[in-house]
Amino acid sequence: MSLHDFHMTKTHLKDYFHESGMFNARVIVAIVVILILTGVVIARLVFLQIINHTHYTTLSQENRVTLVPISPPRGIIYDRNGIVLAQNSPSFSLEITPDEAGDMEATLRELGELIALSERDIKRFRREIAQKRRFEAAPLRFNLTEEEMARLAVNRYRFPGVEVVARMTREYPLGSLAVHAIGYVGRINEAELKKLDTNYSGTTHMGKLGVEKTYEDLLHGTVGVEQVETTARGRALRVLGRTPPTAGKNLYLTIDIRLQAAIEGVLGDRRGAVVAIEPKTGEVLAFASTPGYDPNLFVNGISSEEYKALQTSLDKPMINRALQGQYPPGSTVKPFYALAGLEYNKVTADDTVSCHGHFQLPGVAHQYRDWKKEGHGVINLEHAVEQSCDVYFYTLALKLGIDKMAEFMTRFGLGHKTGIDLPGEMAGVMPSSAWKRKTYKQPWYGGETLIAGIGQGYVLTTPLQLATITATMANQGVQMKPHMLHAVQEPGGATITEQKPQMNVRVPVVNEENWRTAVNAMVSVVHGGRGTAYSSIGRTATYKIAGKTGTAQVAGIKQGAKYNESQTPERLRDHALFVAFAPAEAPQIAMGIIVENGGHGSSTAAPVARVAMDYYLKDLLGQGSSAKTPEAKPGAINGAGQTPAAAPPEAAQGVTQDE
Amino acid sequence: MNQKAIPVYARPKEQGFLFRLLQRIHVDIPLLCGLLLLSAAGLVVLYSAGGQSLEVLTRQVMRLALAFTVMLLLAQVHPQHLQRWAPWLFGTGVLLLVAVLLVGDIGKGARRWLELGAFRFQPSEMMRIAVPMMVAWYLANSPLPPHPLKLIIAGALALVPTLLIAKQPDLGTALLIACSGIFVIFLGGVRWRYIVAIGALVAAFIPIAWSLMHDYQRQRVLTFLDPESDPLGTGYHIIQSKIAIGSGGLYGKGWLNGTQSYLDFIPERSTDFIFAVLSEEFGLIGILVVLAIYLFIVMRGLYIASQAHDTFTRLLAGSLILTFSVYIFVNIGMVTALLPVVGVPLPLISYGGTSMVTVMAGFGILMSIHTHRKLVPT
Repeated sequence: MSLHDFHMTKTHLKDYFHESGMFNARVIVAIVVILILTGVVIARLVFLQIINHTHYTTLSQENRVTLVPISPPRGIIYDRNGIVLAQNSPSFSLEITPDEAGDMEATLRELGELIALSERDIKRFRREIAQKRRFEAAPLRFNLTEEEMARLAVNRYRFPGVEVVARMTREYPLGSLAVHAIGYVGRINEAELKKLDTNYSGTTHMGKLGVEKTYEDLLHGTVGVEQVETTARGRALRVLGRTPPTAGKNLYLTIDIRLQAAIEGVLGDRRGAVVAIEPKTGEVLAFASTPGYDPNLFVNGISSEEYKALQTSLDKPMINRALQGQYPPGSTVKPFYALAGLEYNKVTADDTVSCHGHFQLPGVAHQYRDWKKEGHGVINLEHAVEQSCDVYFYTLALKLGIDKMAEFMTRFGLGHKTGIDLPGEMAGVMPSSAWKRKTYKQPWYGGETLIAGIGQGYVLTTPLQLATITATMANQGVQMKPHMLHAVQEPGGATITEQKPQMNVRVPVVNEENWRTAVNAMVSVVHGGRGTAYSSIGRTATYKIAGKTGTAQVAGIKQGAKYNESQTPERLRDHALFVAFAPAEAPQIAMGIIVENGGHGSSTAAPVARVAMDYYLKDLLGQGSSAKTPEAKPGAINGAGQTPAAAPPEAAQGVTQDE
Repeated sequence: MNQKAIPVYARPKEQGFLFRLLQRIHVDIPLLCGLLLLSAAGLVVLYSAGGQSLEVLTRQVMRLALAFTVMLLLAQVHPQHLQRWAPWLFGTGVLLLVAVLLVGDIGKGARRWLELGAFRFQPSEMMRIAVPMMVAWYLANSPLPPHPLKLIIAGALALVPTLLIAKQPDLGTALLIACSGIFVIFLGGVRWRYIVAIGALVAAFIPIAWSLMHDYQRQRVLTFLDPESDPLGTGYHIIQSKIAIGSGGLYGKGWLNGTQSYLDFIPERSTDFIFAVLSEEFGLIGILVVLAIYLFIVMRGLYIASQAHDTFTRLLAGSLILTFSVYIFVNIGMVTALLPVVGVPLPLISYGGTSMVTVMAGFGILMSIHTHRKLVPT
C-alpha cells in the first residue's frame, strides 16, 4: 500500500468516523429521550394503577356511572292556523332486559300467549338485542293496548326483566291528510345510524319523508344526559344527575289544513294532485296527492302485509304525485306560449288564424288534429286561449320554433326543480333541439314542435311546477320560491320566527302589457261565453278566476281514429288538468291541478279549483265581492301571520268581460 | 496492515440449520424474535378485546402473515436499490397524494383512498417509508452536518406530503410522516442552535395550526383538555379508558376478565384503545412485559442504525425505528390521557389497519440494511 493510498483512506475514514460519531451521539440523545418517555409512561401507569387503583376499582367494580342519553321531545308541526299536524303522544311499549329475563325463548313464547306478537316484532327484537349490551333493555312491542297492559300487570311476577315503559310516539292526528307534505318519522336504520352524531344517542326515530325529513335538524332538539349509578353488572340503581334535553322547535307550515281537507275531500277516491300557492310569497297553501296513506303506520315499522298492500296498489298511494309525478301539461301551457309569441313579436293580440279543425305541415301528409273536429273558425289570441284552439298554437309553435319555446318556458322554471323544501322533487322536462340531441342522439323534428306547442310530447311538468308557473303568471313574472315552512317556534313557545319569502326568479318581459293580454285570455277561459271552463265553474263564480284547462293523453290515438271517453278503459283515459289563480285582479291563490284519467280538464279538474278557491277566498272576499281589501287571514298565528302585500295596480285593470 | 481481514459476521462457532437459513435470507434474528413475541402477545390481548371472536383473530393472523411476508421481501432488497429508488418513490407518492385529494374515495368523511381497478390503495401509507427515504437520500448526497440551506429543502421535502395528508384529513398519519422527516434531519447532525430555533418557530406556528384545524380536530383537543365537556362522545373514551387502566392494578383482572371491556365500556377496544384492555386484564406487570419487548425492538433498531455503513442507510434506519417508537408513545399517551386522541394504533397489537404492513415493511428495510453491509476489514 502506497503512502498516497494510505492518505486517501485516512481522509475517507476521518469523514466516515466523524459522521458516524456524530450519528451515534444523536442516537444516544434519542435513547435518553426514549428512556425518559418510557419513565413518564410508567410513572403515569403507576399513578393510575397503583396509587389510584382503589379509586378506579371503585368506579369499575362497586358502582359505575353510566351516562344514559335522554332523547329530546320532537317539535310539533302545526298548519298555518295552529292546527296540530304532528305531535308526540305517550304510548306504552314492552321492553325486555336480556340479562334478567333468563330463558329468552321461554319468555317470548309465554309473552306471546298474553299479547299479540308478530314474527316481525320478534325478528326486530332479536336484531336489537344482538346489537345491545345484555343489561340494556330492548323494546319488543310498541303501542300496547289497555287490555294487554292489564294482562301483563296481572302476570308480571312471571316475567323478570320484562317491563312496560311509557315512551313518546309520533302521532299524526289527521291521518292521511296532507301526508305527502308532512311525511313521517320512522325508526332510525343502520345506514342512518352511521351518519348520526352523539346528539342522536337517545333517539330512536327520525324524519324519513316530507317536512319531517327536511326540517329534521329543527325538529329534533338537543339530547340530555342522565348520570345513572349502576351495579357492576350494569343494572341501574339511582340517578345522580341530569342535564335535561332541549326540545325540538315547533314548526308552523304554510299549509291551511282546512283548505287541504276541502281539496282532498273533493278529489275523493280519484288519483290526482293539487298544489295551491300564495303568489306573493310562494307559501304553499295546500299540497295534495291522492290517494294518500296513513303515516302512523310507518312510525313504529309498518307490517309487511300493509306495506305490500300499499306497494302493489294500482293507485300507487306512496307516490308523491304533486312533487314527483311528471305529466304532460297539455293545454295548460297555452297562455305561456301566447305570452312567448307576444314577447318575441311572432304574433300580436289581434292576429288571427283560420282553424278548420286540423293542421298540416307543408309537404307532410300527417294531420295534426284540433280537439274540435269542425274547427274554431277565424280566431285571435285571446279566443284561442279561451277555447283552447290547437290549430292556433300549432301555428304559433311553428313560428316560435322549439328552441325559443324552450328558452321562454325555462325562464319560468320548467325542466328545473322549484327548490321547494321537500325531499325528492323531480325536475320535469322542457325539451329543446339540444336536449334531444343529448338525450336521444337524434335531431329535432318539426312535428315535435307542434306537439310541444300544445303541451304534449316530451314536455313533462310536476303539479308543483304547474302551480308555481301559474303563480308566476299571477305575479306578473315574479316567481317566489314555493315553500312549506311558515314559521319556527322556539321550544316553550316563547318566540316565533317567520320565514322570509325568497324570490326564485323574475321573468323578464319587453312589454308589461303582454302580461295583461295573457291574463285576460285566462280570465276568458273561465268567464268567457265559449270558455272551456265557463259552464263547469265560470258561470256561477262570484269572483274573477283566471284559468286554463288542459288534457294530457295517456294512450295514443291512431290517425283517423276517434277518442271516445266512455269507451276507453278508465286507466287509459286522458289526464285532466287545470291551472288557475284568483281573484284575477289581485291574486291570492294560484293552483295547479291534475286528475289522473279524469277525462277533460273542464269537467273534473276545474271544479276542484272552484271548491278550493271558494273555501279560501270566502272569508277573504265576503263571497267574492272583490272590492274588499284582504287584511288578515283566519287565525293567523298569534297575529303574526303574513299580511298579503297590496295588490299590484296593473292587475286590477285590464281584466275584461269576455263576449 | 498485515493482519488478516476477519468478516464482522463470521462466527467460528457451529450454527444450526435454521440460523444459517435465516441468515441467508437476510433476517435479523433478534429483531425477528422481538416482532414475533410482540405479535403473539398482541393476539392474546386481541382475542379478549375482540369479544373472543375467532373470526377477528383469524383475520389478524392473516394480516400478520402478509405483513411478515412484506418484511421478508423487503429484507432481500439491497439498500443501494432503495437509495436509487428514493426520489422516484417519493415523486410518485406525492403525485398519488394529489390524486387522492382530487379524485380519491371518501371513507368516514375523509379522502384517503385511491381506487386502482379492483383494489384500493392508501398513498399516505407508502409515504411513511418514502419520506424518510427521500430526506435521507437528499442529506446523504453531501457531507454532514448539512448546510442550513439544505436543511430548509429537507424540511420542505417532509412538509409537502405532511400537508397533503393533513388535508385529507388524516392527522395521525400526517404527524408520523412529519416525525419521520424530522428524525432524519435530527440524526443527520443538524446543529443544536437550529433545533432550538425551529422549536421556537413551531411554538409560534401553533396558533396558526389551530386556525387551520378541522372542527373535529379542534374538538378533540378541547375534549382532551376537558373530557367532561363531551361525556357522551370523545371524553367518554378517555374517562372509560382511565377507569379500565386504573382498575387493572398491578396484576390485572386476568385474561378475559376485564369488566370494562367485557361490558363494552371501552370504545374502539380492539383497535386504538387496545392498550386499555391490556392494562385492565394484565395489570402493570403485563404492560411492563410488553413495554420491555417494544424497548428491545427499538434498541435493536437503533443498534442496527448505528452499525450501518453509509449515511443513507444510517439515517433511514434511525428514522424508521424512531418513528416506530413515536407510534408507541402516542398511542399509550392517548389511552392513558397524557395526549389528545389522534387515532394512532398500537403497532402490531391493534386490530387491523393497513399500517401494520407499513410498519413491517420498515422492519424489512432495517433487516436489509443490517444484513447487506459490506464486510469491511477492521
